[in-house]
Amino acid sequence: MKKKKFIRIITRLDIKNGFLIKGINLEGLRVLGDPYNFSQEYYKDGIDEIFYVDNVATLYGTNNLSKFIKKTATNLFVPLAVGGGIKCIKDAHRAFEHGADKIAINSAAILNPKFINDLVKIFGSANVCVSIETIKYDDKYFISRSNGRDIEKLNPFEWAKKMQDFGAGEICLTSVNQEGLGRGFDLKLYEKVSNIISIPILAHGGCGKYEDVQKVVKNSNISGVVLSSMLHYQYLHYVKLKKITLGNTTYLENNFDPKRKKINHIRKLKEYLNANNILTR
Amino acid sequence: MKIKKKIGIIDLGSHNLFSIFQAVKNLKHYVKIINKSEQINKFDIIILPGVGTFGNAMKILNSLGMAKELKKFSKNSNKKIIGICLGMQLLLSEGTEFGKHKGLGIIEGSVIKLDKVKLNIGWKQLKINKDKSYNFLNKNLQKNYFYFVHSFYCSPKDKNIIKAKFEINDTLYCGMFIKDNIIGLQFHPEKSGKAGLIILKNILK
Repeated sequence: MKKKKFIRIITRLDIKNGFLIKGINLEGLRVLGDPYNFSQEYYKDGIDEIFYVDNVATLYGTNNLSKFIKKTATNLFVPLAVGGGIKCIKDAHRAFEHGADKIAINSAAILNPKFINDLVKIFGSANVCVSIETIKYDDKYFISRSNGRDIEKLNPFEWAKKMQDFGAGEICLTSVNQEGLGRGFDLKLYEKVSNIISIPILAHGGCGKYEDVQKVVKNSNISGVVLSSMLHYQYLHYVKLKKITLGNTTYLENNFDPKRKKINHIRKLKEYLNANNILTR
Repeated sequence: MKIKKKIGIIDLGSHNLFSIFQAVKNLKHYVKIINKSEQINKFDIIILPGVGTFGNAMKILNSLGMAKELKKFSKNSNKKIIGICLGMQLLLSEGTEFGKHKGLGIIEGSVIKLDKVKLNIGWKQLKINKDKSYNFLNKNLQKNYFYFVHSFYCSPKDKNIIKAKFEINDTLYCGMFIKDNIIGLQFHPEKSGKAGLIILKNILK
């Protein structure tokens, strides 16, 4: 009998100016609320891991997540991964000191691949994840940096292999084309990459329904799925609202409905997967 | 009434003290980070955490004089030492990560590289060896998952002290040992959700 697959359910929280935001294809950002309140709600409902990303860190050359990391890590007893603008050993130290369990690197690795090797030597493979954001043009895959802003002429499959060779413990692979649309994962992308590398792969971008998770797990050898829109747009009704003063708040103003009955979507997703022979925590 | 314990967490210069500190604080104990050997004796329980490498961690423990203090501390049956992940491995006599290194030797045994995978990262269930003296080690606990991140494992000489095992590709490894007042956990209770906090609560009693 074939062994049942076990996967992790991870949520990605994109943060800008201290607010949880969400876009489509990593663009057109909407403000959704306070990332701390969201992460608490997800933790209580059984999320396996939380992934914080400072959306504009590389663009602005800043690294502002520290204070949010600390606040979040205080009451979070599952792993917390942090990414966005980590460009030197000192930035990495700071993320870990403030309570990150794992760091995710994208842009800095593209500019200097050896950086991954340096990080691994200090913090260990298990704590260094490489984030790869793929963009598909004319049926060809490229990778991007600065959160989808700059396109690089690098083949994501070769790049993933190279990052594995440099010691990365995990690859979080995003399909920018699918991201935020809720039309399902790019199945071919994950199938192909899981034939090339042996370290854990996390699938991110496009998940809209429970079936999407099942499909990508059946079709490739991934270790986890990273969900954002699918959870955030449900949970924004239950999460305590904080006064928001910045950014595009139109969506929240028009759609926030605190009277909506609470559903534990994380538990429900896990029950669905378990019923379909996929193990979860 | 709950008895508040004085718990010291040893700072090995590694980066993940924040989570374990918060988890212990969350359980309403008095907790402090310690980095001097003379502080050790003031506490009821010492937590030895650890991310990093065996040799490096032992070098720090030895140079700060903590290794000697910890060995003394371990002989006092009213006190308790809890090793987590690398901290658990340091309690053994010998490590083999990047060459042979002498461990604290509080528990007889050696630390060996995982053979089935390079790295064990993620959630796993525990196979509990029931023990009447620790009633939290029961069937219920087996339903839960715990968070592991490591590439070496403990092989204590006395197999009877192994209270829980985890599995990788059909091979079982030591996930938890308890020998009197010395406890070792291979997984991270501070990162294993509510189930992890329950274990932590019970072993801090």
